[in-house]
Amino acid sequence: MPSADPNAKATTHAAPTDPYLRLERVVKRYAPGAAAAVDDVSLDIARGEFFALLGPSGCGKTTLLRLLAGFERPDEGRILIDGADMAGVPPYARPVNMMFQSYALFPHMTVAQNVGFGLRQEGLPRREIQTRVAGMLELVKLGRLAGRKPHQLSGGEKQRVALARALVTEPKLVLLDEPLAALDRKLREETRFELVRIQQRVGITFLMVTHDQEEAMSMASRLAVMSHGRIVQLGTPQEVYETPANRFVADFIGTVNLFTGHVAGVDGDRLLVYCPDAGALLTVEHAAMPTGKDLAVALRPEKIALDAAPVEPGPNRLAGRIGAIAYRGEASSYEIELATGKMLRATVPNTKRRAVPFAVGQSVGLVFEPGACVVFEP
Amino acid sequence: MSEAFRRRAVLALPYAWLALFFLVPFLIVLKISLAETTIGVPPYTPLVERGEGGLGLHASLANYRFLLGDSLYIRAYLNAVKFAGVSMLLCLLLGYPMAYGIVRAPRAWRGILLLLVILPFWTSFLIRVYAWIGLLKGNGLINNLLLALGVIHEPLALLNNAFAVYLGIVYSYLPFMVLPLYAALERLDPALLEAAGDLGCRPWQAFYRVTLPLSLPGIAAGALLVFIPAVGEFVIPDLLGGPDTLMIGKVLWDEFFNNRDWPVASAVAVAMLVLLVAPMVFVRRLLQGETA
Amino acid sequence: MINRLSPFLAVMLVVGYAFLYGPIVSLIVYSFNASRLVTVWAGFSTRWYVELAHNEAIRGAALISLEIAIAAASGALVLGTLAGFALQRYRRFRSRAVFGTLVMAPLVMPEVITGLSLLLLFVALEQAIGWPDGRSILTITIAHITLGTAYVAVIVQARLAAFDRSLEEAALDLGARHVKVFFVITLPLIAPALAAGWLLAFTLSLDDLVIASFTSGPSSTTLPMVIFSSVRLGVSPQINALATLFILTVVVVVTVAGRLLAGRRS
Repeated sequence: MPSADPNAKATTHAAPTDPYLRLERVVKRYAPGAAAAVDDVSLDIARGEFFALLGPSGCGKTTLLRLLAGFERPDEGRILIDGADMAGVPPYARPVNMMFQSYALFPHMTVAQNVGFGLRQEGLPRREIQTRVAGMLELVKLGRLAGRKPHQLSGGEKQRVALARALVTEPKLVLLDEPLAALDRKLREETRFELVRIQQRVGITFLMVTHDQEEAMSMASRLAVMSHGRIVQLGTPQEVYETPANRFVADFIGTVNLFTGHVAGVDGDRLLVYCPDAGALLTVEHAAMPTGKDLAVALRPEKIALDAAPVEPGPNRLAGRIGAIAYRGEASSYEIELATGKMLRATVPNTKRRAVPFAVGQSVGLVFEPGACVVFEP
Repeated sequence: MSEAFRRRAVLALPYAWLALFFLVPFLIVLKISLAETTIGVPPYTPLVERGEGGLGLHASLANYRFLLGDSLYIRAYLNAVKFAGVSMLLCLLLGYPMAYGIVRAPRAWRGILLLLVILPFWTSFLIRVYAWIGLLKGNGLINNLLLALGVIHEPLALLNNAFAVYLGIVYSYLPFMVLPLYAALERLDPALLEAAGDLGCRPWQAFYRVTLPLSLPGIAAGALLVFIPAVGEFVIPDLLGGPDTLMIGKVLWDEFFNNRDWPVASAVAVAMLVLLVAPMVFVRRLLQGETA
Repeated sequence: MINRLSPFLAVMLVVGYAFLYGPIVSLIVYSFNASRLVTVWAGFSTRWYVELAHNEAIRGAALISLEIAIAAASGALVLGTLAGFALQRYRRFRSRAVFGTLVMAPLVMPEVITGLSLLLLFVALEQAIGWPDGRSILTITIAHITLGTAYVAVIVQARLAAFDRSLEEAALDLGARHVKVFFVITLPLIAPALAAGWLLAFTLSLDDLVIASFTSGPSSTTLPMVIFSSVRLGVSPQINALATLFILTVVVVVTVAGRLLAGRRS
């Protein structure tokens, strides 16, 4: 937060390099002695980021969100927002607003009253509340519904009211709990872009919790993958997808083919890994490792090219037989059985309208680049 | 305001009130049931007395021995269980088809049918019992009607007997049976019965094997909600009953208001409570399970 | 086809409702009978309503009963709301089982026991600290508050069990303090349950004979007590007229309340 203004808020002594939201070794247990719901989590988020916490249900992501909102108190560690320690600060005094999964719109208030609720708590003059509510409803394209009650709204409209209500007080941080989960599929995809557009427009830091990896990757600038209360990988969507740090991340995000093997040698900046389940040597772009070390090799389905002509067996060249085909329109997924009996998944885009498709039972060659594979501890 | 302080503030008032006006009174009843009757205000002896040798404890089981020694009390006690138990069964026989009928009725009717079951509950209990007197009397509506039709030639004795008491209890407590049964049956997924039929059950088999077992909590709740208050009933045996329908609730009333024997009345109350503790605990469990 | 109303169930419904409403209808019809004999129809008349209007004993008792019922329902509303709130929201406190039993027990306790025990308490209290000074409207009201609290608590607890707590969290999150959240969010949303609880406590108080008989004094004869002593002497057309007015009031209140609730929902 570089600021040349000497009158910048006295409360924020944050040095320019300091993060906007900081979690320091946060631990939360629901009962003494129980497994930690949030286990030693540290995290820095910059101002204006759209950050996603991604993980399966029960991984602790929602607990983390509730710790930030102030509904739960951490057993250990600190939470700092814009340099201020949040310990002992109740939910109503935090510069944080939450968009609830159920939206939690007050059923006895109109859309405008719902959106204006936070502003009324701040004791702003009626005029200003009206102006700001109207402006915010304009932003989420709900100006004409200001007088409606929540039960008269569609799912998408409710979601936008909830968003407007969380944004209108201009909090330092907006928490979104599965913001798209209650919408149907079509609307969900449209709303992704809409949410990102609004976030960029208002410039408020967003922290979203979701179990949907596609949602996290398409919206967030950075994301953290959580499992059993811990952050297991942190990075941009591309980093996390293309370079999963371990088997859990590789498996949880997208589809992946996994081989197990050991280092057979080093060839320049490439690692040669022998995988008995592939029945072949795989070459991977990776720094040198001692020979004999056990490794797992991950290969995404779309990185595999299928060849109808038989291929010469060799490194990164496998032979197999098509077992099943799932036609998905823009692409087709193939289940392929290798000579070793291992099943692989390959995805091929349908770039031509009249291309002759592969058939079940057909023998094919599988070819992939050395850079396509990722290795991690088995 | 801390969380703990808020809790204490919310709890304090109802807790204190109920302790003083519900819990303490029972302890007093228990105490007085161990005292002796005297003439005076209040008409019972103190339990702890300052005598020559310091404090003396005057507790005796004389009242309970008295209850056990007189067949009138035993009979009233057993009568209460009999009348409440049989009425409970009659309520179930009438209430179950009614509740099931409401559940199966067209959706638009359901609300009004349910309301019609609840409505009598909102009108005076006393007046509803009174209505039966006009119907059952020797020269009452039913007798007049039957005489006019030539079915009978002299009035039937319908009032001031066991029949009238059963009728009164079933009439007054039927809504207590129908409502929990309705709640239990309404929750039942119709697909379960379709599945049972699909797997070869005839309708009555499906009822016996699926509907009935799944509505057991409702049956239990309804049965207890009828049985418990019926055991202690005073108004119905007093207005509709006769000499052979003495029930324990009426005995308590008479001991207190007519004989002014507070210790015996207290002993009757304790005896009645002993009978009802188990069903009360059970019904509380059922009701708690419903709301939790 | 399974989920249709079978002929047997339809017949049972008709029988059941005829049983429930037959006596009430006969009560209403004979309140307009010209004859003193309730059972012989002697033409339409409203004379019993006129006599009822001039019956000082009934009018006085009705006023006392109303006074008690309003006070008792209001007291029970406050205590029962607090109790229901505590039972639903505070899942763990040391004496929760005791508290739960205390709240629920009056629901199922036979009235003769509740009445007797409260009277004995009042007598003991008067001996010990000189309060309450004899039995009066006050002692009946206290007894009815105790009874009504249980009913209100059950209704409030059930309503809160179905309450989406994230509504309260949202209000906290948007800057409202706990007390304010209760008054701005929780209370308006459970208002229908509170209204139902108040009405129920009011009706119970107005209807109660047994507990009132135990806890009343010479100057506090309630309406059910007057009706009871009159009924014991035999059938009286004035009571029929009173019953008709009573039923009419209930039907009007229930209909209006139903309309209001339906209006809120649509």
